[in-house]
Amino acid sequence: MDFNDTPEEAAFRKEVRAWLDANATRKSDDKQSFRARSDDPELLRKAKAWQDKKAKAGYARITWPKEYGGRGGSPILQVIYQQEEANYLVPLGFFDIGLGMCIPTMMAYASPEHLQRYVKPALHGDEVWCQLFSEPAAGSDVAGIRTKAERDGDGWVINGQKVWTSGAHYSDYGIIITRTDPNVPKHQGLTMFFLSMKTPGVEVRPIKQMSGGANFNEVFFTDVRIPDSQRLGKVGEGWKAALTTLMNERLAVGMPSGGLDVDELMELARDTDLEDGPAIRNQQVRSKIADWYVQRQGLKLTRYRTLTALSKGQTPGPESSIIKIVAAPKMQDMGAFAMELMGPAGIMKEEVPHAAGFQAQWIGGAGFRIAGGTDEILRNIVAERVLGMPADVRVDKDVPFNKLK
Amino acid sequence: MNFDFSDDQKLLKEQVRKFLTDKCPTKVVRRVLDGNETHAEEVWKGLVDLGVPGIGIPEEHGGLGLSPLELCVVAEEVGRAAAPVPFDTSVVLATEALKLAGSDAQKKKWLPELAAGKAIGTLAIAEGPQPPKPRGIRTTFGGGRLNGKKLPVADGEAATFAIVLANTGGQGDRAVSLVLVDLKQAAVAKKRVETIDPARKHAELTFKDAAADLLGSEGEGWRTLERLYDAAAVYFAFAQVGGAEAAMWMARDYALQRQAFGRAIGSYQAIKHKLADCYVKLELARSNAYYGAMMLTEGGADLPLAAAAARIAATDAYDFASKENIQTHGGIGFTWEADTQFHYRRARVMALALGGPMAWKDKLVTRLEQKNVA
Repeated sequence: MDFNDTPEEAAFRKEVRAWLDANATRKSDDKQSFRARSDDPELLRKAKAWQDKKAKAGYARITWPKEYGGRGGSPILQVIYQQEEANYLVPLGFFDIGLGMCIPTMMAYASPEHLQRYVKPALHGDEVWCQLFSEPAAGSDVAGIRTKAERDGDGWVINGQKVWTSGAHYSDYGIIITRTDPNVPKHQGLTMFFLSMKTPGVEVRPIKQMSGGANFNEVFFTDVRIPDSQRLGKVGEGWKAALTTLMNERLAVGMPSGGLDVDELMELARDTDLEDGPAIRNQQVRSKIADWYVQRQGLKLTRYRTLTALSKGQTPGPESSIIKIVAAPKMQDMGAFAMELMGPAGIMKEEVPHAAGFQAQWIGGAGFRIAGGTDEILRNIVAERVLGMPADVRVDKDVPFNKLK
Repeated sequence: MNFDFSDDQKLLKEQVRKFLTDKCPTKVVRRVLDGNETHAEEVWKGLVDLGVPGIGIPEEHGGLGLSPLELCVVAEEVGRAAAPVPFDTSVVLATEALKLAGSDAQKKKWLPELAAGKAIGTLAIAEGPQPPKPRGIRTTFGGGRLNGKKLPVADGEAATFAIVLANTGGQGDRAVSLVLVDLKQAAVAKKRVETIDPARKHAELTFKDAAADLLGSEGEGWRTLERLYDAAAVYFAFAQVGGAEAAMWMARDYALQRQAFGRAIGSYQAIKHKLADCYVKLELARSNAYYGAMMLTEGGADLPLAAAAARIAATDAYDFASKENIQTHGGIGFTWEADTQFHYRRARVMALALGGPMAWKDKLVTRLEQKNVA
């Protein structure tokens, strides 16, 4: 057992590090981040420039085939690149959905002409993609979407509303799941398309989140006309296409990194005086620190197990399915506990060191427990896919969509 | 990145698993639980034939001289079967104590016997009420003679020798030393004590001027014990992971079969989410245990932290899975005839044996503080 690279991996890491050193600034410590408001247009411009640089050097999508601008490399090389890139001050995050989910779906269903047209600009950061799935009435149960697409000559007309669409406000294109036949049960009447976000009738309204940020949006579709050539997969087989996208989501949504963790909590506990001495000497505080340390280590090491499988060219086991189930509540609970340690001043933004950081975790944790699969849905997935337990009883499974309440 | 066991180690694991599935089904655990025997002799003999007690013993002392990783995979299988054999006492605690602190003569005498399954060793620390501490140990050792009473001692009846924590008169945590005592002498009395887990027999050992000799230096007992517990915590963690996984699948299988309100209870989210939580805790424990195994094998500086994390995670996983296994079974799970009790009992015995989670959490933070200062 060891955490070492294979000779091939070590050589690749060295090459990546040399390239990053030549093209980016190394972080002074691992907590430093490029983060700023993601709706800052200047940040997007910088992110696009960085993406282009990466793509030209062949690092933008290492696992993609060479014909699409990748290098046909193994997933472990992609991970190594990301591990190294995380040590540099570069703007990230704008292209994950597009390159991680939308373009792979395009690769599975779009025509060669469309791939010729769209893959390269996405890879180079010239065009940003978003994923138009969730709706006000269809979150965890995404097959319950209502946005309809109706035939109109040799095209389609889309009407409806999407919500929680990350990055829609700066996206150029999107893949959208629509209902094309309400007369059949819900999973059967869906069809997937892609479209330009500049198409007449598309209106994007940012949603201000509880955290104050506005990364995601409501998107309204009013008589939006698109040609049939923008259909992805067969009519009525949109659910199958959506599963392709969502399968890729699991690879795209990683662990949050760089946030405050046990080290800062210990620092805070050392600096906080309770009635009977420093908080770090209090057994309740120590017990919580120990629990979160065990979780943090457990997640890191679980990831190492997954990477081991990738490094050996094997399919990883299901162990990585625990990561968000543990990480999201930990983030929320640790934030809340750190604020409690600060006493009444824990609610103030500036006074106590790390206050803003822990508050951000407490607020952000509430969202992270929902995004990309709620705590509850993830537990269903573990129970069904890992433990082989029965799926939920679905009373709507065989009922035509337009007969549902 | 190579954070996994080798193919050979997995093969060994499979071999032990197959043996225990055949020879140590739950009815064997029940036989020991209900009966008078100290342990399942035929299962123990089978493990000896497979070479299990000698895995960590150097070849020069009659063992196989394999690494801690081999012993970890075996521990997982012994834990999975809740096997009523002196594995954690003899193969883990006594063997590791001898390797850590034994003199050449002691190693030469006892390790070959352990490897061949001719001797069973155990560790005798507690003295009834009150958690053991370096001060307050009443068993004394001086002039080659051991006096006092130890209980509960796991496998105390079956054991042929014990490593005993005894007061040797020093100051502070130097007041205690480890002492090796041959139990086959008239100055030693053994008496069974009733515990929550009759499938793992425990005893009271009384020493009246028993001939014994120091294991390690005088006054070093507590320090050696801490190091021994770090190694043991890793092996225990694997056994606990095995037990937790067995309890989880037992609950899953029952949930698929048991019908209520017109459906298998395993189709209800209350049950599914509970078992998903078992899986989450299990994988956190497994990952932490792997790192403990890696540090143990490398002799890495991170061992004290890794061992504590493995211990905490595995104790939590086993406690949770074993109790929710009973809960998933409902009333039938609370009967004497149900197999659910084996893991519930064993989980608690293993949780307390090296000190409970409260003590290990405190230790973990102390070690984190030391690491941050360093």
